[in-house]
Formats: sequence, C-alpha cells, structure tokens
Amino acid sequence: MSNLKMPEVDQTTLSRRKQIAGELRRIVPGEGVIDETEEMRAYESDGLTAYKQIPLLVVLPETVAQISEVLKYAHDNGIKVVPRGAGTSLSGGALPLADGILLGLGKFNKVLEVDYQNRCAVVQPGVTNLAITQAVQHEGFYYAPDPSSQIACTIGGNIAENSGGVHCLKYGLTTNNVLGLEIVLITGEIIRIGGKHLDSEGYDLLGLLVGSEGLLGVVTEVTVRILKSPETARAVLVGFPSSEDAGQCVADVISAGIIAGGMEMMDELAIHAAEEFVQAGYPLDVEALLIVELDGPEAEVDHLIDRVSEIAKKNKSVSIRVSTSEAERANFWAGRKAAFPAVGRISPDYYCMDGTIPRHQLPKVLARMNELSKTYDLRVANVFHAGDGNLHPLILYDANVPGELEKAEEFGADILTLCVEVGGVLTGEHGVGVEKRDLMPAMFTETDLNHQQRVKCAFDPDGLLNPGKVFPELHRCAELGRMHINKGQVPFPDIPRF
Amino acid sequence: MSSTLKPEDATQLFDAVKWAVSEEKPLDIHGLGTKRTIGRPSQHEFSLDLSGLTGVTLYEPEELVLSARAATPRAEVEKLLQDKNQEFAFEPPNFAGLLGADSGGTLGGMIASNLAGPRRIKAGAVRDHFLGFSGVSGRGETFKSGGRVVKNVTGYDLPKVIAGSWGTLAVVSDVTLKVLPAAETELTFALEGLSDEQAVAAMSEALQSSCEVSGVAHLPEGVIGAAATVLRIEGIGPSVEYRLDKLAGMLKEAGPSEKLAEESSKELWRCVRDVSFFADGSKRPVWRLSVPPMDGPKVAQAIAAKCDCRWFYDWAGGLIWCEVPEADNGCEETVRAAVAQTTGHATLIRASQAIRAAVDVFQPPAPGLAVLSQNLKSAFDPKGILNPGRMYAEA
Ligand SMILES: Cc1cc2nc3c(=O)[nH]c(=O)nc-3n(C[C@H](O)[C@H](O)[C@H](O)COP(=O)(O)OP(=O)(O)OC[C@H]3O[C@@H](n4cnc5c(N)ncnc54)[C@H](O)[C@@H]3O)c2cc1C
Repeated sequence: MSNLKMPEVDQTTLSRRKQIAGELRRIVPGEGVIDETEEMRAYESDGLTAYKQIPLLVVLPETVAQISEVLKYAHDNGIKVVPRGAGTSLSGGALPLADGILLGLGKFNKVLEVDYQNRCAVVQPGVTNLAITQAVQHEGFYYAPDPSSQIACTIGGNIAENSGGVHCLKYGLTTNNVLGLEIVLITGEIIRIGGKHLDSEGYDLLGLLVGSEGLLGVVTEVTVRILKSPETARAVLVGFPSSEDAGQCVADVISAGIIAGGMEMMDELAIHAAEEFVQAGYPLDVEALLIVELDGPEAEVDHLIDRVSEIAKKNKSVSIRVSTSEAERANFWAGRKAAFPAVGRISPDYYCMDGTIPRHQLPKVLARMNELSKTYDLRVANVFHAGDGNLHPLILYDANVPGELEKAEEFGADILTLCVEVGGVLTGEHGVGVEKRDLMPAMFTETDLNHQQRVKCAFDPDGLLNPGKVFPELHRCAELGRMHINKGQVPFPDIPRF
Repeated sequence: MSSTLKPEDATQLFDAVKWAVSEEKPLDIHGLGTKRTIGRPSQHEFSLDLSGLTGVTLYEPEELVLSARAATPRAEVEKLLQDKNQEFAFEPPNFAGLLGADSGGTLGGMIASNLAGPRRIKAGAVRDHFLGFSGVSGRGETFKSGGRVVKNVTGYDLPKVIAGSWGTLAVVSDVTLKVLPAAETELTFALEGLSDEQAVAAMSEALQSSCEVSGVAHLPEGVIGAAATVLRIEGIGPSVEYRLDKLAGMLKEAGPSEKLAEESSKELWRCVRDVSFFADGSKRPVWRLSVPPMDGPKVAQAIAAKCDCRWFYDWAGGLIWCEVPEADNGCEETVRAAVAQTTGHATLIRASQAIRAAVDVFQPPAPGLAVLSQNLKSAFDPKGILNPGRMYAEA
C-alpha cells in the first residue's frame, strides 16, 4: 500500500492551477479558496496519516449553490474533486489528489431543523456527529450512531463511510438512522432523496449513497432519525481468563435473546494501555475484558444485568462489576472509548485495522493473529465490537524504523484477508478508501467489482468524484457498459420448461 | 401463452438468464407469484419461475444470521426461526388475504418488495436486515454483494438497492438476512374515539417517550367499529407491564382506554400488518402511502374530500392504507395530489389489471431521481430483460 498507485496526474490541470483558482474565486469569494501550499498542508491527509498529498486547491464553500457551481465547473473542465468533512477517515477516503480540488464542507455546520413530533433532525453535512445529539439532548433525545470520533467527525463523513459506534448493535449503523439526503451530483445538479417519511419510492438510492465514500455525490443536507434516550443504562464489566471464554459469553448472551445496548471486548494489551491512560479501574490480571451495556426501563435493565452476570459466571468470568452510578458507567466506557489514543501512548505509531468476522471465528482469528504478530515481530492490541464481530486490531510500530510501516501494512493486510477467509469482510465501518482498495479482490471477483463500478458510472460517468478510492482498478464507463453476450451465441438452456 | 423456464439450481438460473440476454427475451420473474398483481401488468413470451430454488443453507441463531435460496417459502423459514424464539424483526406482511394469493410467498419476494410491517418504526425495513446476496444481473453475469455479517462497508451496499427493486435489477439466487430474538411477550394499549388529528398527536407523544413502543396504529371509526388508537409494547414481562402503565399515565387525558392481553394484541397487529381490514373479498383498489407521520391526517383527508374511501394509519401516521373506489382509476389523481403535499410517496398495492395498466403503480420519481434510476437500471440490465415495465413504463 505504501507504493499506492493513484490515478494519473493530469498535467494540463496542474499547469492551469492559477487560472482555476481565479475562476473558483468568482464562485466562492474571499478566503473560500486556498492556494498557498503552507495553508493547504492542514488538508494533506486524513486519519490515515501515513499518506499525504497537497491538493491542487482547497475550496471551502458556504452555500449549496456554490457547491453546485464548483462541481459544475469541475465537471465542465474535467477536474477531479475530493470531498472532505473533518478528515478523520481511517482509510484515506479524504486523501487529496495532486490534480484535484479538495472540497471542504466544514462551513456547513448548522442544525437546520429539529422536528420532535416527527422525531427527526435536518442538519448540514459539516455538523459533527456529537453536535446532533447536543442539539436535542435538552429534550431527552439523541442521535444513536456514536463513532468514537464523534466529537470531531461530521455527519457528511458518517454518511460517506456508513459509520458505526458502540451502540450500533441495538440501534443500527448510520444507514439505519438516515431518512433523507440532499446531494449535489458532479454535474452540479441538486437532488433530494427521501425526507421525513420512511422507505424510498423507487430504487433505494439513499441506501446506496450511505457508504459510498464520496464517490457518487456530495452530501449537502441530511435528515436523521432521533430517538428518546433510554430511561436508564447500566454497564457490566467482566474479566475473563481467556478470549475464548469471553467470546463464548457473548454468544450465550445473544442466544439468550438479549440484545445489549453495547457489547465491547478488549484484549490484555489494550486493557493495560487503556487502564494506564484513563484509570478506568479495569482488572489487569485478565486476558479479556467485556463491557456489556443494558439500557431501557430500570426493572428491565436490572433483570438483564442479573442474567448477563449469570451467563458470565457460567463462562468462567474472574471478575464482575456492575455500574452503580452514571459516573461509574461513564468510567467503564472511558477506557474503551480512549483505546486508540491509549495504544498511541505505548507505541510511537499504531495502525488501526477494521475487519468483521462471524463471531464464532474469534478464537481462530485471535490465535492466527498472535502467530502473525510473532512472524512480523510487531505487537498487536485488540479492541472488538464483540456483539457484531467487528475487530479493531491495532498494530504497534515505529515509522522511524525503516521498513516498519511496510511491515505493519503487510501484517494488516494478512489480518484482513484472514477475516475474509473465515467468512467475514475487509472493513466493518472505516471504509475501503485507498487503504483496502487493493485488497478488494480478496473478497470480490472482477465481475462483482464491475457491477459496483457501473453504479459509479450511473452517477459520475467521467469518474471525477474522489477517484482512486474504493476500486483497485478504474475502468472506463464505456468499457464497463459493453455487453459480452451477443445474439445467437447462447443455446437454449437445458432446463425444465413448461 | 407464455412459456415458463424453471431452473432447479443457481447454474440453471444462470443459463436461463444468459440465454434470455443473448436472445433479448424479456422475462417475467416470480417465486410463488403471491405478489404478481403488484406492479404494472406485463405479458412476456417467457417467464422465469424461481420456485425450484429453495432450502435454508445456513442458520446460526447465536450469530443472528440465516441464509437461504431465494425462493424458500417464508412460512418454512418463519417456522424455523420460531423454534429458536427468533424472527424477522421487520415484521413482513403476508398479503395472501389482501391480494387473494395462497401463501405468504418467498424470501426473494419479501426482499424484492421491501414491504415491512408495524415494527418498521423501531426495527427498520427489509433493507435494514438484508445482509448479502448472489444472483444474476441482466448482463447475464453472476455476481454477489454484501456478506453474512452486519458490520460491513466493503464496497457499495448493493443489497439496499436490490431490496425493493421488484426483480428489475438482478435475479437473486441466494440471500442472507439478519434475524433477531423475538420478544417474550407483548401488550397493547388502546385509546377509543380519537379523531385522526388527536390520534396522531397521541401516537407522536408515545413515540417521544422512552416507552419503546413497537407498533403505533390508528383505526378511524368504521375500520373495526369505534375509532381505536393502538400502541404495542413488547419485551420481557415486568418491563412490558411497567411501560404500558407509564404510557397509560402519559395518555390518560386522551380518552377512554383499555389494555389488550397478549393473544388479542398479537391478533390485532397481525391484522394491521396484513391490512386484513381490507381483505374482505372486495376488489376495491388499495393504496399504500408513506408520508411524514404528522402529515398523515392531512393527506388522508385530502383523499377523503374527493373519494369515497376507507383508511387507517400505521407507523404513527406515517403509513396510510387507503381503500378507494375503482372509478377514476382508483382516484389516482386525487391520491397523487394528496401525497404531493409532502415529501412522501404512494404505491397502488391492489388494483385490477386495467387500472394498473392505465396509471403509475409506483410513485413517479422527480426528474433528477428518474434519470439516476434509469441509469441504474441500465447499469444492471442494459437490454431490459428483467421484469421490464414492472416498476416504470420505460424501465
Ligand atoms: C480516533 C478515531 C476513532 C474513530 N472511531 C470510529 C468509530 O468508532 N466508528 C467508525 O465508524 N469510524 C470511526 N472512525 C473513523 C472516522 O471518524 C469516520 O469514518 C467518520 O465518519 C469520518 O468523518 P469525517 O467527517 O472525518 O470524514 P472525512 O474523513 O473528512 O471523509 C471521509 C470520507 O467521506 C467523504 N465525505 C466527507 N464529507 C462528505 C460529504 N459531505 N459528501 C460526500 N462525501 C463526503 C470523503 O470524501 C471521504 O471519502 C474513527 C476515527 C478516528 C480518528
């Protein structure tokens, strides 16, 4: 991946940089167009910091009309565009292109409407995930998907990545919590999809847009579902002598018909790093830690806490603590939520992976990961959305040691292919971006990928929106459209006919 | 008379579609055919009968996942789930009664129609539980998308567009769905005699509480007798009782009320789900309108002002089922004008062939959306082989 191949740089565009800046300034006046290299450095990478690229120009529009004009201009002039929210993507989705306009949506930071009666909020794409909850929490409401990056990441980025959080097991991912979108196509055309009602009138374009990583359209307005906060929430912190036991406990909880608000697992290295960082009171003599949160009415939560504790005991738990106050519950989570930065403190660099596996494969995958860790001579810490099988192995490395980044990346690729081998997928919530782009063939055939790319062609036939992301190979749309079956070539099938 | 191709496995399915693509022969695609009367009528020389593609291929209750061949009968799968106290959380309707079919159809049909029942407001629609598939596109090529895990953002989410595409983008041979534990018990709180506006306000209030209501419907006077506003609570016993009492306390000013015990509650919600109130042997057209919940009464009344209709609300007012006279093509213009006051949409679920041939059965998309939809159709089915014309005249 370090020798990442990006789409060929268009020299004509590069040579016209000044002129393009001038023309964009006519659309977005004042400070809205940045062309000083030093100022553009703030945008050179996203959360996948191993990759850096100064964009052609940065444009920070303030109105949807400006976005539409910028895109139309780019389209008419064959210039690539990379949308960007807060730049927290961990897969390089917002990585700039040398010959591409970086379209920053940070100025779209307003909550436009809160409609409690219809239980939804209409927001601009640059509003942060947490700001949506903050806008409605005084009425006891919240927006359910809660990525750990929620203070910073934008709802536009969440839409693009179909982001998840620790509460997704019960309340769904971004895609299950969005009702409507306004998008601008690369042609500048503004399209509205959905609204305050449920389900789409024809093809589910909303479902397609969520998780499309900025390749289909620029999101300019979002209508999300808001929910009433549960009456109470309590968490149980359970320590296990082995991750097998912890994994079996998760399976038994689910088999008992209990869908927890959140169910998170950490391994020894992650537990120690987190405890050192935030002093959450985690047990240090266990190999695996499980946090199970139950939410709902008090009677229900108490009842379920007891059942989960019983199940944990049957699975050889060595310590069980039930939160008795909001502060204690928050503290249980503090360690988990800070797991990435905590690991960042015990290693010069870390590389965060994001595969999903069928849960029962956990012991096999962890064992194999330990072997790989020895082979590559790199440590790995694991945090795990245990309820839904989404693994976040954090590979510890030192970028200053020559070759170590490459080694970490190879290790990471091995882990992800392993996830696919056991029936899982390459990415659970961080997206393909540039990071997993070249691994896509591990999961999909060329025909599978071509069917996906034709969707891209349906929205952006010239491939100007965020090219170089998601697909390992970019085919021209004309080539993809060609049919390979011709009249008279295929005999009548030898199958039952009536 | 059309000729029917009946593949017995995925390979034969592939052969059949590939042949149809090469000969440019459009196919009418069906499983058990229980929803054949939904959509614009079409008569093609060949039909593709998928009912040979059956069988559950994977069911892991503790992983909350089930895979099956596309034409596996729903009844078979639902029995299997029930034995493990699980279910499809989106409560798919069974329109056998409403449409005069002889069963609840297949998994493939359930997915292709993306029709969800009362629990839609809490648990999502079919599309929210459809994890992955493999099938054959109108290019005569086998492809897959998605997977067997819930957390998956690897590539575009094609299961979303396949759900609700009525077989116009790909013929699906294998599907994987998320399943969930069924609630231990349920109760329903019913308010009597509310007007539509009062009902929608009460339903909204219930959903703005932390009572986790899982079904919210209003049956205006005449649907089953006096007007009834019904709110369902599901879960474990003590919690259900507690939340029902809380709800009753909250809504005590709203009017006289009663509690329905588990069995009557189940029966009632089955009727709401299956639109059984309009399954009385009548052939009158039935529309399904999805609108912002608070706009429900306004839309229903706009239709009632011009047509002699019956209606009821599910989804707290957001879903209107409206039965209309045959005249004026099932009040098409009136219904379309009423729904146009909102962002919502209307689909004609039951109507004679003549009416379905004369009007748009599905909501005509706005111009920009229409182009994207047409592009998508061409991307998957460039020669228009798969159920052409079923959703839109030109696609
Ligand atoms: C410490 C940390 C913790 C994290 N934890 C989680 C987690 O728990 N769960 C999770 O799912 N993710 C997590 N992430 C990943 C990341 O925060 C999410 O992917 C997030 O949704 C990205 O939002 P953003 O605004 O930063 O988008 P960016 O990084 O700016 O962009 C991401 C992608 O979205 C596109 N995009 C952005 N805005 C728009 C728009 N308006 N229209 C069209 N395309 C757009 C970009 O082109 C790019 O492809 C974490 C990241 C970090 C750094």
